[in-house]
Amino acid sequence: MAASIKLFARRILRDFSRNVYVSASGVSTGSTHCRAAQSCRCLSHEAGDRSTHFGFETVLEEEKAKKVYQVFENVAQKYDVMNDAMSLGIHRLWKDVLLHAMNPQPGARLLDVAGGTGDIAFRFLEYIKSQEEKMRRREARAMQTPSWQEISTKYSEEQGAEPQESRAVVCDINKEMLKVGKQKGDSMGITSGLSWVVGDAEELPFGDDEFDIYTIAFGIRNVTHIEQALQEAQRVLKPGGRFMCLEFSKVSNPILSKIYDTYSFQVIPVLGEVIAGDWKSYQYLVESIRRFPDQGDFQTMIEDAGFYCVNYHNLTGGIVALHSGFKL
Amino acid sequence: MWPTSVRRLFCLYQRRCKFLPAGPCSKGPHRSSSSDFSQTTHDALYPGHIPTTLLQKSLLAVGSGVTALQNPYRHDMVAVLGETTGHLALVQLRESMRNDPEGFSILMERPRIRLSTLDLNKMSLMPDGSFGREYLCFLDDNHVTPDSRADVKFVDDEELAYVMQRYREVHDFLHTLLGMPTNMLGEVAVKIFEAANTGLPMCVLGAVLGPLRLKTSHLQTLFKTLGPWALQNGRKARCVLNVFYERRWEQNVEELREELNIDPPPVTVAKRSTHRAAEH
Repeated sequence: MAASIKLFARRILRDFSRNVYVSASGVSTGSTHCRAAQSCRCLSHEAGDRSTHFGFETVLEEEKAKKVYQVFENVAQKYDVMNDAMSLGIHRLWKDVLLHAMNPQPGARLLDVAGGTGDIAFRFLEYIKSQEEKMRRREARAMQTPSWQEISTKYSEEQGAEPQESRAVVCDINKEMLKVGKQKGDSMGITSGLSWVVGDAEELPFGDDEFDIYTIAFGIRNVTHIEQALQEAQRVLKPGGRFMCLEFSKVSNPILSKIYDTYSFQVIPVLGEVIAGDWKSYQYLVESIRRFPDQGDFQTMIEDAGFYCVNYHNLTGGIVALHSGFKL
Repeated sequence: MWPTSVRRLFCLYQRRCKFLPAGPCSKGPHRSSSSDFSQTTHDALYPGHIPTTLLQKSLLAVGSGVTALQNPYRHDMVAVLGETTGHLALVQLRESMRNDPEGFSILMERPRIRLSTLDLNKMSLMPDGSFGREYLCFLDDNHVTPDSRADVKFVDDEELAYVMQRYREVHDFLHTLLGMPTNMLGEVAVKIFEAANTGLPMCVLGAVLGPLRLKTSHLQTLFKTLGPWALQNGRKARCVLNVFYERRWEQNVEELREELNIDPPPVTVAKRSTHRAAEH
């Protein structure tokens, strides 16, 4: 209770100082949209009806979740195809970078929120498998010239020890996306160590201190109350656990930014119409990217939720940013 | 910054659009899954309208054309191709409608052909050989419904969007008038007629590329008799959009054909048996 009041007060102070900064410097960056949206949200909060952004539209907060649900219900079947088409396959590299930064060890427990079609979870399980292979190979090499002492300790270890099984839990609010993910998993033959759970990022159906790693890839910008999702992440992570977030972010280079904007607004909705027969959902997608806070603001939000050692890495010139923080 | 200017343009457009008359095309039930979004876009000229730039239209035209060729069952892609390439033809069609008294009344009254607006019971009681009865037979025999036409999305003029919608809805009437079933051969014949009659590029493309998917026997029929007949009649017939079909249910089909200057078909094309797959 006290924590949320502190958070609210800090937000008001931050907004106030930001508005002063904006009016003083007259700089218009993309992040002023979200700052303006945040201050607008504060004002409307006082007025009694809470509204938020849905792409470039303004909607009531209660409506946003429903509208986002509809978007993903519509796109679920063609989600992976569209990802490949829109990013020209680069989204696979982004997700690989996330896994390499994560570097999970066998026995780790992953919670992939907004995991939908399971890309991160599948990569996680394969990474762990290859890590286990590596370990086994290393052990086999080391075993080539062991002493009698080493061999006897090895046998006792193997009998007593129980290998810690890595588990990945994919949590998504949208049943259609989970359905598609489950079908993918079945067709890839990945079934053990994987579970699919319907849940809301703002109110996770898990106990405290349960997971080693929490990831949310390209999902957090669709959440109505991002701070709440971050607090939930804080809650379900074990002490020492890591929060990792892949999300579209602000491109600083002006030329790349121009090209990116033109591509986003001119080409992506067209791809959506031609491949998935749905223009509006992909229009929402590119608009929602513009409404999301930039790298620095998001880093502050993660810190406010109680994470430590928060930093971010830009991928592809800032089109995507990987944010990471630890719960201590 | 791009988003700021885009938002400002949207706001300006929104103010303008408040004074435009509401679109006519939405009394019937919506079938698109994203219909909820269309109600909230504030810069649309009519329900379902998605404003697009020239670049987007060109990309859409190319993309939809390629997709429609690869998968002819993507009727929405054929529709998008028609909308993005048909501007000049639509303007000409609208002119022709304005200059014709019946066409003008259609533009004013904006009738929509949907199951909810058609009185099928009344039509089934009409005499054999009447246009209404023949149309009903056509719907039954070919297992089609007038509600399967996609709404217009990418035409940036409200009246032209109605003209496009009317063309789509009149397509089934053309099948009835020309006596063509909905198999591939029948569709190509109707497309040739429409290409000659309306000048829509999508019809021309369909007429040129459609025959590629016909089997040899049908191809022969097309080139020998059906094709030339459809072309000739398309050219000499009255513009099919200028006919208020909804007021002519009781009229005899032969009489209607004569009035529109359409000759009866030279051959009877067999109706499709079970699946369209049987044709390929």
